[in-house]
Amino acid sequence: MPNHPVPVPSSVLAALKNKTIHLSAAKMIHSLFLVNASGDIFLEKHWKSVVSRSVCDYFFEALERATEPENVPPVIPTPHHYLINVLRHRIYFVAVIQSEVPPLFVIEFLHRVVDTFQDYFGVCTEAAIKDNVVVVYELLEEMLDNGFPLATESNILKELIKPPTILRTVVNTITGSTNVGEQLPTGQLSVVPWRRTGVKYTNNEAYFDVIEEIDAIIDKSGSTITAEIQGVIDACVKLTGMPDLTLSFMNPRLLDDVSFHPCVRFKRWEAERILSFIPPDGNFRLLSYHVSSQNLVAIPVYVKHNISFREGSSQGRFELTLGPKQTMGKAVESVLVSSQLPRGVLNANLNPSQGTYTFDPVTKLLSWDVGKINPQKLPSLKGSMSLQAGASKPDENPTINIQFKIQQLAISGLKVNRLDMYGEKYKPFKGIKYMTKAGKFQVRT
Amino acid sequence: MQKLLQLPVNAVNIVKGVQGVTQGQEEALSPVLTPDSGPQNWYSAVQPEELRHLRSGGTEDRSALEEGLNSVQTQPLRHDDLKEMLDSNKDSLKLEAMKRIVAMIARGKNASDLFPAVVKNVACKNIEVKKLVYVYLVRYAEEQQDLALLSISTFQRGLKDPNQLIRASALRVLSSIRVTIIVPIMMLAIKEAASDMSPYVRKTAAHAIPKLHSLDPEQKDQLIEVIEKLLADKTTLVAGSVVMAFEEVCPDRIDLIHKNYRKLCNLLIDVEEWGQVVIINMLTRYARTQFLNPNINESLLEENSEKAFYASDDEEEEDKKAEPATLAKRKPYVMDPDHRLLLRNTKPLLQSRNAAVVMAVAQLYFHLAPKAEVGIIAKALVRLMRSHSEVQYVVLQNVATMSIKRRGMFEPYLKSFYIRSTDPTQIKVLKLEVLTNLANETNISTILREFQTYIKSMDKDFVAASIQAIGRCATNIGEVRDTCLNGLVQLLSNRDELVVAESVVVIKKLLQMQPEQHSDIIKHMAKLIDNIQVPMARASILWLIGEYCEHVPKIAPDVLRKMAKSFTNEEDIVKLQIINLAAKLYLTNSKQSKLLTQYVLNLAKYDQNYDIRDRARFIRQLIVPTDKSGALSKYAKKLFLALKPAPVLESPFKDRDHFQLGSLSHLLNAKAAGYQELPNWPESAPDPSVRNVEIPDWSKCSSRKDRKEKKVEKPFYSDSEGESGPTESADSESDSGSGSASASGSDESGSGSESEESGEETESDEEEEDEEEEKKKRKKLDKTKAKKQCIINFDQFDMNKITSVFSQTLAPSGSIKMYELLHRIKGEGLAVEYCFSRQPFSPEPNMVAVQIQFTNNTNSETKNLHIEDPRLQSGMRIREFAEIDVLAAGESVTVVMGIDFCDSTQAANFQLCTHTRKFFVSIQPPVGELMTPAFLTENDFKKEQGKLMGMNEILEKLTLGEKCVNEHVIVERVTATANLSRVPCGSDKECRFAGKTVSSGCLVLVTVTTKEGGGAQLTVNCEKMLIGTMLVKDILQALSQ
Repeated sequence: MPNHPVPVPSSVLAALKNKTIHLSAAKMIHSLFLVNASGDIFLEKHWKSVVSRSVCDYFFEALERATEPENVPPVIPTPHHYLINVLRHRIYFVAVIQSEVPPLFVIEFLHRVVDTFQDYFGVCTEAAIKDNVVVVYELLEEMLDNGFPLATESNILKELIKPPTILRTVVNTITGSTNVGEQLPTGQLSVVPWRRTGVKYTNNEAYFDVIEEIDAIIDKSGSTITAEIQGVIDACVKLTGMPDLTLSFMNPRLLDDVSFHPCVRFKRWEAERILSFIPPDGNFRLLSYHVSSQNLVAIPVYVKHNISFREGSSQGRFELTLGPKQTMGKAVESVLVSSQLPRGVLNANLNPSQGTYTFDPVTKLLSWDVGKINPQKLPSLKGSMSLQAGASKPDENPTINIQFKIQQLAISGLKVNRLDMYGEKYKPFKGIKYMTKAGKFQVRT
Repeated sequence: MQKLLQLPVNAVNIVKGVQGVTQGQEEALSPVLTPDSGPQNWYSAVQPEELRHLRSGGTEDRSALEEGLNSVQTQPLRHDDLKEMLDSNKDSLKLEAMKRIVAMIARGKNASDLFPAVVKNVACKNIEVKKLVYVYLVRYAEEQQDLALLSISTFQRGLKDPNQLIRASALRVLSSIRVTIIVPIMMLAIKEAASDMSPYVRKTAAHAIPKLHSLDPEQKDQLIEVIEKLLADKTTLVAGSVVMAFEEVCPDRIDLIHKNYRKLCNLLIDVEEWGQVVIINMLTRYARTQFLNPNINESLLEENSEKAFYASDDEEEEDKKAEPATLAKRKPYVMDPDHRLLLRNTKPLLQSRNAAVVMAVAQLYFHLAPKAEVGIIAKALVRLMRSHSEVQYVVLQNVATMSIKRRGMFEPYLKSFYIRSTDPTQIKVLKLEVLTNLANETNISTILREFQTYIKSMDKDFVAASIQAIGRCATNIGEVRDTCLNGLVQLLSNRDELVVAESVVVIKKLLQMQPEQHSDIIKHMAKLIDNIQVPMARASILWLIGEYCEHVPKIAPDVLRKMAKSFTNEEDIVKLQIINLAAKLYLTNSKQSKLLTQYVLNLAKYDQNYDIRDRARFIRQLIVPTDKSGALSKYAKKLFLALKPAPVLESPFKDRDHFQLGSLSHLLNAKAAGYQELPNWPESAPDPSVRNVEIPDWSKCSSRKDRKEKKVEKPFYSDSEGESGPTESADSESDSGSGSASASGSDESGSGSESEESGEETESDEEEEDEEEEKKKRKKLDKTKAKKQCIINFDQFDMNKITSVFSQTLAPSGSIKMYELLHRIKGEGLAVEYCFSRQPFSPEPNMVAVQIQFTNNTNSETKNLHIEDPRLQSGMRIREFAEIDVLAAGESVTVVMGIDFCDSTQAANFQLCTHTRKFFVSIQPPVGELMTPAFLTENDFKKEQGKLMGMNEILEKLTLGEKCVNEHVIVERVTATANLSRVPCGSDKECRFAGKTVSSGCLVLVTVTTKEGGGAQLTVNCEKMLIGTMLVKDILQALSQ
């Protein structure tokens, strides 16, 4: 662009006058520290000048103040830096920031880092990270350049750095070959940066899992206070070449609140309500959606409960019965009930009609592994709780958290109509699976 | 397993420690180990040992090793073994050494003494060794500046490599080495890379700019030049990175953005997600300096009417009602098409999977969009709340701020903020904040019921916050104040001290607001003092009684009597309040309490706590008149019983929106370093023409041939055609969108991207080897295309003009306007235009007749033209035209179809099908086309107008445009804008028009009264207020041109 003068509007000039011009604001992520549950820093990485790990002392202070691990504030200001942390898999990922940056930007990136580790090592634990410290370092190096995200797509990263496998570790040790791809990251240059080039499979398959989670709060009397469905479509696509897929639904109207993987063509969706995309290779989340309208949300289980304490008595009564409701004829499986009983409860002496229960007298956590609900013989848990002698009756009412699974059902009624592939000649194998789970499903008592 | 990776190093050290005794002498003799001397053998002996550790993982003797390690680590490490390995010829040894060194760096151990040994390997052939050396180099170069210089030449060589990826990585490492001496080299490299053929290298150059800037701020001016150059780049790959550089180096040089503004808006959707965040944030600031406040007319009302907006449905309506009133006062606001462009192009990103992108768009809408449109972000933000708790935390902070300004927006989602017992406390408290902000007369009962369950929670901090929230609801909503007070009073009998204390404190605050009405509650609390043990609560009660002892004249002395009895057993804060109470009673009711007060003061005099002793002494001096007492005691009553202002219970998030939402500063409610202030809207808009791009570069993408040639730079979704020229406004959204989407879809599926890949490879090679030739080729191409381009340009301009006409409904004189339905390039030769013929549609009188003209520009005939799959808003109907069997090459045909728009300007979307293809198209009517002329007499007109007064009348003052000199022009303009007929009129100062809406037959009456000096007044009477408001806007615009 030539250097001809551009007229600057007076308002801009006025705005400029009020501005203090600062020097060298090093933006974005400066350093990253990984802290384990016992408060040790076990990995550090700096993208700019080194920041002393003593900066984490502010984080440890906050950690001490917080009663629960998840109560550490995500953003902690210190005199010269800001610490932004996320907690995943009992590891704190603490990023050091020096100046203004959208906090969500950093948080989202840190979660992406964790997802990548999980993708690479299967689990994201301290042990896994320590075992693969070199790969971790190489990944972090590629993911950020000078603190600004560079390559965060798992497909590109896998092209650059091959995920470790047992076989490869052995081979590498013997032959001295490397994890680093010989290839250069051509994916970054492509118009579809999320897909590896030159993908080849002998069996071409595409699987889609429609998974829905029900979040609900049920009040004392059994009526629904709030209920919503969080759905995702996770895909595992192993297709040769550059397939172009379209996925259509029987009832796309359900999907009015969606977010997409970047591969999905927005405009096509807007116009036709069809998902059209060139998929990344391997596992990815194609779509997540939210059904919040309450009348659309069926509640598949009900709970009858009677948890009561009598004044002056050191005994409390506990009765809980579960039953199916609106399950479209499918079985409710893997049911797990848990509840945090009041602090005053010393012990619980209960009798489950099926499954097993445990009560931890220290944390006061009651959990009951029910298994499958048999509509003919409803599972129940009955018995008594013993209270601290002399203590008055607890004020609080425990809430009951329920987990369950229903196979082959998307509770919102979402149905995939068809999946078509263009751009490649072969016939892929296609599979769709539906599942409904409980998300944050709570019953107040 | 955990320490596995530390092991190799440890193992060596330990072995060394053990062997050190025997080998010590040898080492002392040869401090510099040569590859072929003894230590080499020594090393190879160790090697298998480590491999065992590497492979077998947790060995039994690990704990022993670790213990050993601690003792070893206290001594300085010498790493001779590692140096040894690095010097070897085998890549595998080097790699092993580098891996261990990197593991040391990762643990924060100092490995700087290895610098010379490592830097030697910078040119190593093995790619992994090389990468790890880079990692090391970037980490330690700053400390070892001189030695780091040794590596520079390698990178300089890399910068000239024919492979773009090697060039990029060389630049990346070179710019990451923080050594001031190489600043000139870096500057040169960045400048060169900025004009590299490969967009990837240019992207790397953009990344390097902030690095150099932080190393040497003196370079700023030169770097700005590079930024300016890169901002002009048309690839999505570069856009995000260069804006990042801009934000860091020269965020105040808004003037650099003008020319690139439209391009950035259009590319946005294809930029990678992190770049999107940065661009959106920057554009938010830009828009605040360049456009007018879209809510300018409401901003006056806002303060007064804040309480008036409750339900979201109401809100919009009220907006509409408010509009006419304010419009009359102020100049009409017309949104700059560029402003609209930004809003439109960011909207789809609300569906991004990246929370940061969604938040960025949300803040953009919050700060820039007209009030009526901001609502769309609520749904997306509520969706984010399902994400990780950290995301939830940040989003809730922002929602809390937004919900104060725009309560209606989140009201439909009230239940999404209900609290679960499993939420972390910090999330619970934030949700509580949002719920409190959302409370109003209609939903307060639901919210209070919800709060009641919260009070029973086991999380006591949260219970305390809930009680405070109830207090705030009570202060904000007068109707429930008594209910809340009663509820809180009940809580006073709670067993939990914290709950009681918090309730007392909140009650105290509430009572302070209107103590007269609540003497019964004060009495009740006075009774409670016998039972409540929490000191804070007792103290609060005593303060209340003392403060309002006039309202409870009988009880107060009695309380003091009880307190005097128990004085010695009370906590200190309670004692202080007892003294206070005594003092106040002494001043108001000395007859009854004189002795009691003296007794209390005497007790206090001998208290253990010196604070209490001091207080007693001080108060005695002040209130008990003696000979010595000074001037102050006269004022004792004023001092003690001064009217104390009621505490204001307001949200801590109030006014936080002066920080840009989503920013760190907003979250902390304090200005973070490097925060860019969000500028205030300008009073008058700066010149919009600065954003015009001088040379519209149509040749880039308009023809198919060009497209192929430019494949590399072709974005995935966004159509770069819209790059220059003022773009259509939101009203015609689907028009260009649907067409291009289907086009790009077919492109991708048809030609496949593999060919693209190879194409680009060859291209880049070619470009480097013989740029000259390339240039020549291009010239040739240009020439051959010149003619073709000419036509295309014409088309494009034409379309542009039409779309702008479409959106703004400017009225060019008289004739009927044609709108484009399908451009012939998108339609693969089939061009479709339509117009509103303004003829009654005979088959169904309440439909608008749309005349459609098909032109077949291909060489073959098109068959079976028909409509399929209409997508309509509820109530809308379509009457399709009869299928056209054959349209021969070069022929045109015109048909008429009817659409019942239900008197709304919603677009009718449908598919236009030929025998081979389907095209998505949409027709959106300007409001003026939704009516047909109605023929009235002057008397009828006046009679009807009389019926449509009040809310149905919209008055607007305007200044006539220069060309609107006479009545004739006015009539022409008005009738061009809307399908109305003229009503005869006695006065020559007035023009009257009448029509009725096609669908429901509501009357539309328009009056234009001209005044001296070019002023005029426009009156529109219509039962449908929406139609009226829109019509006013359109006519205003037509007349003021």
